[in-house]
Amino acid sequence: MTQLALVIDLNVCVGCHACVTSCKEWNTSGQAGYLSDDNPYGADPTGCFFNRVQTFEVGEYPKTQTVHFPKSCLHCEDPPCVPVCPTGASHKRAEDGIVLVDYDKCIGCKYCSWACPYGARELDEHQKVMKKCTLCVDRIYDASLPPDQRKPACVLACPTNARLFGDVHDPDSEVSQAIREEGGYQLMPEWGTNPANHYLPRRRTEMRIREEELVRADNPLKIDGKLPKPRLSEPSLDDVTSW
Amino acid sequence: MHPAFSVLVLTTLIGAGQGLFLALFTVDVYAALSLLPHPQDGFYTGGNALALVLLGLGLVSSFFHLGHPERGWRAIARWRTSWLSREVIVLPAFMAAVFAYGAGHYLGLTAPLFLVGGVLSVDLTLLIGALAMALCFLLFLCTGMIYACIKFLQEWATPLTPINFLLLGSASGFTLAAAYAAATGTPLAGFLGGWAIVLTLLGLATRGASLLRNARLKHRSSLQSAIGIKHPRITQKAQGAMGGSFNTREFFHGSPAQRVEQTQWAFIVLAFLVPAALLGAGLAGGGSLLLAAAFGVQYLGLMFERWHFFAQARHPQNLYYQAVS
Repeated sequence: MTQLALVIDLNVCVGCHACVTSCKEWNTSGQAGYLSDDNPYGADPTGCFFNRVQTFEVGEYPKTQTVHFPKSCLHCEDPPCVPVCPTGASHKRAEDGIVLVDYDKCIGCKYCSWACPYGARELDEHQKVMKKCTLCVDRIYDASLPPDQRKPACVLACPTNARLFGDVHDPDSEVSQAIREEGGYQLMPEWGTNPANHYLPRRRTEMRIREEELVRADNPLKIDGKLPKPRLSEPSLDDVTSW
Repeated sequence: MHPAFSVLVLTTLIGAGQGLFLALFTVDVYAALSLLPHPQDGFYTGGNALALVLLGLGLVSSFFHLGHPERGWRAIARWRTSWLSREVIVLPAFMAAVFAYGAGHYLGLTAPLFLVGGVLSVDLTLLIGALAMALCFLLFLCTGMIYACIKFLQEWATPLTPINFLLLGSASGFTLAAAYAAATGTPLAGFLGGWAIVLTLLGLATRGASLLRNARLKHRSSLQSAIGIKHPRITQKAQGAMGGSFNTREFFHGSPAQRVEQTQWAFIVLAFLVPAALLGAGLAGGGSLLLAAAFGVQYLGLMFERWHFFAQARHPQNLYYQAVS
């Protein structure tokens, strides 16, 4: 079964908000209608967004790290927001696991937002319906786009490649490998929602260069070879052969 | 959570309406068992009409909570999974049953049909009333479970939540019934007022139990589990919006902690202690005005109680919205 999701790498997110603006641009222009704003150029701008980048400071000065934390719907595999919806407007698609709201059925009772521990849903305060990340469902299946463009707008916008998109149920997908190999984790695992979106943790970034990688030599690990070993200054195989 | 005025009015009004119906049906059953003299049918008809007015006003106020009230009918769709959907079905069904029960008394359909155990004389209206009583308890369960079923709203996720809705609604309804009986000169004010005092004090016990429980509550979510970083010191520097968002308006009550504390004591006094005292004084010969005042004070206290119920619930999403910038 397919479960599309985002994997967000906190190690490389620089908090530029490009995913936020790209998301807003795509989704306010789509067939589902605009995402309303109030005072967009005024003193207290507010509006409906599918994606937010928040910033946290971890540790105590001077030993601190600034963590930029992109936050959108996690497309839980057991979404608590779906069964509480009285109209069935809020649903999880069987074919790809995307959690969606049918804006024509939503009565704007806000109960689903109460039932989301992550605060991923935002009411459009002008259209009076609940909205949330759609994983750009109107984009990822659009056959008129080149295949490499069939990704959520936030993923395409990210300048540092902090956002990966794919099927977390396919063990060979890019996202599954990243989760497996880079320590991907879920948010608030204590509630059993089993979010499909994963986050990759901060990791120590260091270059691993061995000495023999700096000096060009045959048989660099000296595991086997002609004895007695030739000195480094003597011509090596690379110096005497050519193709 | 932000207490929405429409929800405060909805839950307190239908609670009082349900309690008033339960009081009328209790009198009916006692009378059928010959434990009480039968009041005139007009007592039931008028009381049921009053209950219907309360339930109807509650239903109207519920529409003010919806963004699209014209689509409200769609809310009956997911009764298999959603307590809200179940409430939307049960409330009109209960209102219809209350109407039928009142109509039964109005039309005088009270000729005994059969005897149960040789003491309980059952008539058609009593059967309709029994159905309405079942729907009434179901409605209390639905209303309570809307809040109690959200497991990460830990202040609400307890069996005490539906029990409190049941007892507080019944208490206010029995108080209203006592005032109604006194105002119409029906000699049942003592019986109904006595039960109102019992239910009010029971409600104080269970609501007090939920207050004690919530005071000792340990929240399972923390900023550490919310963003997945296991460090004891994390502070938020930006929440991604300058002018607030739906997340800051819907899930924060915005009142200082002191006011929440004051509201708690206000509702303990106004919803429980003063009404119990007024009921006692009214039954001791103080007259019907004291009983009416008891209901007025108790309803005001229950509005405070419901406000506190919402304000005290701390949603885990608030962990993501601790600082603007």
